[in-house]
Formats: sequence, C-alpha cells, structure tokens
Amino acid sequence: MTVESTAARTPRRSAGSKAGTTGTKRTRTTAKKDAGTEPQLVQLLTPEGKRVKNAEYDKYVAGITPEELRGLYRDMVLTRRFDAEATSLQRQGELGLWASLLGQEAAQIGSGRATREDDYVFPTYREHGVAWCRGVDPANLLGMFRGVNNGGWDPNSNNFQLYTIVIGSQTLHATGYAMGVAKDGADSAVIAYFGDGASSQGDVAESFTFSAVYNAPVVFFCQNNQWAISEPTEKQSRVPIYQRAQGFGFPGVRVDGNDVLGVLAVTRWALERARGGEGPTLVEAFTYRMGAHTTSDDPTRYRGDEERQAWEAKDPILRLRRYLEASNHADEGFFAELEAESEALGKRVREAVRAMPDPDHFAIFENAYADGHALVDEERAQFAAYQASFADEGGN
Amino acid sequence: MADKMALAKAINESLRRALESDPKVLIMGEDVGKLGGVFRVTDGLQKDFGESRVIDTPLAESGIVGTAIGLALRGYRPVVEIQFDGFVFPAYDQIVTQLAKMHARSLGKVKLPVVVRIPYGGGIGAVEHHSESPESLFAHVAGLKVVSPSNASDAYWMMQQAIQSDDPVIFFEPKRRYWDKGEVNAEAIPGPLHKAQVVREGTDLTLAAYGPMVKLCQEVADAAAEEGKNLEVLDLRSVSPIDFDSIQASVEKTRRLVVVHEAPVFFGSGAEIAARITERSFYHLEAPVLRVGGYHAPYPPARLEEEYLPNLDRVLDAVDRSLAY
Repeated sequence: MTVESTAARTPRRSAGSKAGTTGTKRTRTTAKKDAGTEPQLVQLLTPEGKRVKNAEYDKYVAGITPEELRGLYRDMVLTRRFDAEATSLQRQGELGLWASLLGQEAAQIGSGRATREDDYVFPTYREHGVAWCRGVDPANLLGMFRGVNNGGWDPNSNNFQLYTIVIGSQTLHATGYAMGVAKDGADSAVIAYFGDGASSQGDVAESFTFSAVYNAPVVFFCQNNQWAISEPTEKQSRVPIYQRAQGFGFPGVRVDGNDVLGVLAVTRWALERARGGEGPTLVEAFTYRMGAHTTSDDPTRYRGDEERQAWEAKDPILRLRRYLEASNHADEGFFAELEAESEALGKRVREAVRAMPDPDHFAIFENAYADGHALVDEERAQFAAYQASFADEGGN
Repeated sequence: MADKMALAKAINESLRRALESDPKVLIMGEDVGKLGGVFRVTDGLQKDFGESRVIDTPLAESGIVGTAIGLALRGYRPVVEIQFDGFVFPAYDQIVTQLAKMHARSLGKVKLPVVVRIPYGGGIGAVEHHSESPESLFAHVAGLKVVSPSNASDAYWMMQQAIQSDDPVIFFEPKRRYWDKGEVNAEAIPGPLHKAQVVREGTDLTLAAYGPMVKLCQEVADAAAEEGKNLEVLDLRSVSPIDFDSIQASVEKTRRLVVVHEAPVFFGSGAEIAARITERSFYHLEAPVLRVGGYHAPYPPARLEEEYLPNLDRVLDAVDRSLAY
C-alpha cells in the first residue's frame, strides 16, 4: 500500500548513500502513468458505506467505538454547516471572502482527530475542519475573512498556527518547528497542511529536503482536491503527489480523502512514525473541492458539472451516514439532534460575525514590532495629530 | 578587558557568548559548521557547541529562513547565515511575507527573534552576486530591523543586541572590513542598538554612513582637513529604524549633509534620509542633501567596481559641491 524508499527506515546518515541505487535508466515516457506506478489508494470505507479490510491500516482504527464514529460524523456535519454559514455571510456582505472546504470534511476531520493535544498544526487557509478539531472557535476563523484582523486566535492556545496565505510557506515553518521538537526531546509530532498546487512550490520541496535530512517529526498532509483555482493536478505534477516522497527518502501514501476512517488511520500511522523517531511522512488525501476556490472564483469557466456529480457520489458525510445506519450505530434521534445543533452553530457564528466591531484605527501601528520602532512611533503620533485635527474643528 | 581583534573575530566571539549564555540560541547556515563559514565567522563554534546547535543546512536559503521561523515559534533564537548578499533572494519571500509579518498577524502573540546575518558589499574583487548592498530592500519592509556595524566593537555588541531582540533583525556585515582590527571590550555597557554615533566631530558638513562606508568617510574627513575643512562623521549603525534625531542634531550644527552608501542611490537609504532631513531641518540647510552611492546599473565586474563604489574622490567631490552652495 505504501511506497517506501529503501532508505526510509535506515538511520538518516546513511540515507543519502542508499537512496536511488537501482540505477535503471528510465527511458522517455509520456506524461501518462507507467506500469508499476499506478496510484494505490488506502480506503477503509467505500462510497457506499461498506467497511473494507486493510491489513496495514485496520489496526490504527481497530478499537474505534460507535460513539467515536458518531463523533467523526458530528464533526463533519458541523464543519460543513459552519462552512455554509460562512459562504452565506460572504454573500450577505458580512465577509469579504471565504475559502470553502466543501467536500474536504473527511480529509480534515480524519487527520485533525488523529492529532494529539501536544501535536502542532500548520494550516493553509482552508483548514476550518482541522481548526474545529483543535478547538479553535469557528467565529475566530472569520475575523481575517471579514477584514478585522489577519489572524484572530492565539496559535499556542490550541497548537494551531495562524492561517498562511502564501502557498506552501508553512511547510517550512512546520519543519523547523519539528526540528525544535526533536531538539527538545519531546515525543509530539507536527503536521503541515498544503494542497496539490502547493506541491509545486519550492518551499514544499525544501521542507521535504530539510525534514528528511534532519529526520524531523513532521507529517506532510496534502489535500489533493484536484484543483488549484483553475489548474488541474496534471498541471502540477507528472507523478501522483504521494510518490514524490520516495525521491526525498521517506514514505508517501495516498488515502481516499473522502473516507474519514481511512484518513484517521493513515494519519495516525504517520504521526506515530514521527513520534517514534522515524521522521517525515507524506500523506496525500485524494479528495475534491466541491465548491469554488473562494467566493471570488467561478469554476464554471474551467470545469464541467459531470466531474462534480461523480464526486458527489463519493461524498464523505453521506458514506459515513450509510455506514452508521447500516451498522445500527446511530438512530434517528442522533441525526435530528445533530440537525438542531448545526442550526444553533450557524446562528451563533452569524451573530458573532455581525457583532464583530471594526478595529480601532490605531491598530494599524500595533504589533508592527515586538520591541518598538522609532519610525512607527513617529508615524503613529502624526496620525494621531491628523485625527485630532478633525475633533478640533468640531467634527465627530 | 579590551582586546584587539578583527571584525569577523568579534562577531565570532559574540556568537560564542550568545551560545554560552542562552541554550536556545542556534547557528544555522550553509558551511557554518565544520568549515566555520566561508569567511570563518563561525569558526570553531560547531566543534565547541555541537551539531545540534551549530547546524550545517542544506543549500536552500528559503529553507534556512523558513525552518528558522519554525524553530523560533518553538522557542529557539536562531541566528542564520546567508552566505553572500546576492544569495538572500530565495529567502526574500520567507523574510518579507512571514518573518516580518507574523508578529503583527498574531496580534502580538507570537515573537520571532531571528537574526539573519548577511555578509554584504563590494571591494573584494568577487564574482557576480558577491558584492551587493540590498539593505534598502529590507528597510522598506515593516516588521524587520536592519543594522550594519562598521567596526569590531560594534560588531560584537550589536550582534549581542540583535540576538536579544524579540524582533527579526537583518544583520549586514561589511565583508570588506572583516579583517580590520579594533578594540573590543566585552565588559562594556553598550548604547542602544539603533542609535547613531558621532565618530568624528566637525563643524562644516556632516558625512552620514554605515557599515563599510564609515571608514571611507573618516578618510574623507582626514583629506578634507588638509584642505581646511572640518567634517563631522556620523556612523548611523542602523538602517531601520534610522536615528533621524542624531542626523538632525548634526545637520542643524553643520548645515550640510552628504549621505554615503555602496547601495544604488536610487530608492536607497540616502533618499529617505534626504527627504526626512529636508522635512525636519529645511531652514537649517545651506545646501540640498547630497548622496554618493552605487549607480542604477547591475553591480559591475570586479575590474570595474572601484569606479562603481563610492571612493575618496567621489565623496570629496560631493563635499565640494555641497560647500559650494
């Protein structure tokens, strides 16, 4: 199931000498897949909600209880409800922009729930489901999309870094943080989120290099949602993204990103590797961005409806519901209660956003520096004098 | 006790002291470990502090700064070396979009005490990309502090202060002065990091410079003195923030100002100083603020660099033009 280089489990110092020793010369091929590199997908739950056995990963979800399964379902439903509310708030003019996670709930909840409290998460700007798992107040995620701040939560309260908008930058921060974890002798792990588009960024390649060389306890979690705004994954990579790890000397695995159980199992495996001193892992969660890139995007210009319909049949929430129902793990009362809880969450978020005040004008100057800066002080004073000049004229 | 040592050695001693006094301080960069850096600034540090604290990194500048940010988020105080000025640009994105902005983005909850050391400037007969002065490109970015020492003592103390700063500091080291010796008193009490220093008092005109150009300006002042001109030399030491108060005080005494730097004058720090001093001291000035620096052309091949860089005659020429107003 996994693709592991021969060097992956050897000490890092010998990794360089052992990697790539096969020496077979690759003849020129087309961009299509070669035999033997056919992508393999870890899947524990089919789109029809059938549990499939998996020799390698079943053990990572072996003891999961019906209550925990309902919990995963609840997380996904509430995340989707929150996401829909945010999209509505953008349409109502309450938010300037929203980046919807619609369709990626299983990838985010499965991986988010795999993390331990002392693990540290480095998100992109779309990890609303992971933020939910980490206990970040959903309303806090909306401040930056409303334009009242550029990140409204304390990263260290939930070990959930601020959203990073520049594509791929956070993978290096995660790697550095993981290097620090290793230096401290802690047994926690770090997880870096990024997308198929980001996989083309130099920073992502450099983070693979650094994490491999220093054997850093980091999991690279790529949500391949098939689209980087208008560009399909074929425009980013000639090989399946998870196979990139092989060249860097650590394992990569592709998991069905719409299968919350599969994602939970694979991410637990990868995090355990990190905690156990086995270094980095690349997880590619194969999923689909059901919505637009952001509320400013128009996907009808670059993709057809058939593709979306095909993915709708693989919906992450629907398949877990089928499984819960078929195995009698949840009754009507549970679903009804959750429906009510969803509506309450939507209402709470809506009210919180509408109540968010605009920041004080002087917030421009706040926190530009930790230790202060003479020019900032001077310009703040000039700005204050300018503002005061209106008051002097009796304005309001 | 004051010891006489080269500027490069002073930085080495300062880094050693930081490593000794704070276990969170790390040194990172290409060839900084076993080799001790291409200029030997980190010589012997890995041997004494180990590979875990003095880290030879992969050859990837964005990776160096990006992982240093992550280490800082974990509570470390990384001091990273960019091997040469012209190689900082792969890291420019991380420096500008992340290092400079994270403190503000977090509403002050996250601090990034990262020092980025950059040997900079020309005059050493190097190949392309090894002689540049990109300090303005960093001074223009809010969230960064930018400093450049001109002598061994400042190099020692300013490095101590940069490492102690909770803000990211871009530390430009005047590579052509690495071997210049000066007194370093490791028990002195240093002044503020971002304060300029009058290194020569004068009455007729102020020469303002930092880093490698301070020594040149002192030579210019000597030459001018032979012609009966009494120049003041101000070592700015910091390019962000700039100590405008000290420049203003000097200019309101001498009434004339010439700013000297190796970087191109176009959008250079001299332009900012000229604008600010014109605003602050308009009625005190007897002449427009003049600038001497590099041209708006790519840094030339080594055989031409003496024509590109400010030298004694070019600065004296500007002094004459200012005094002629």
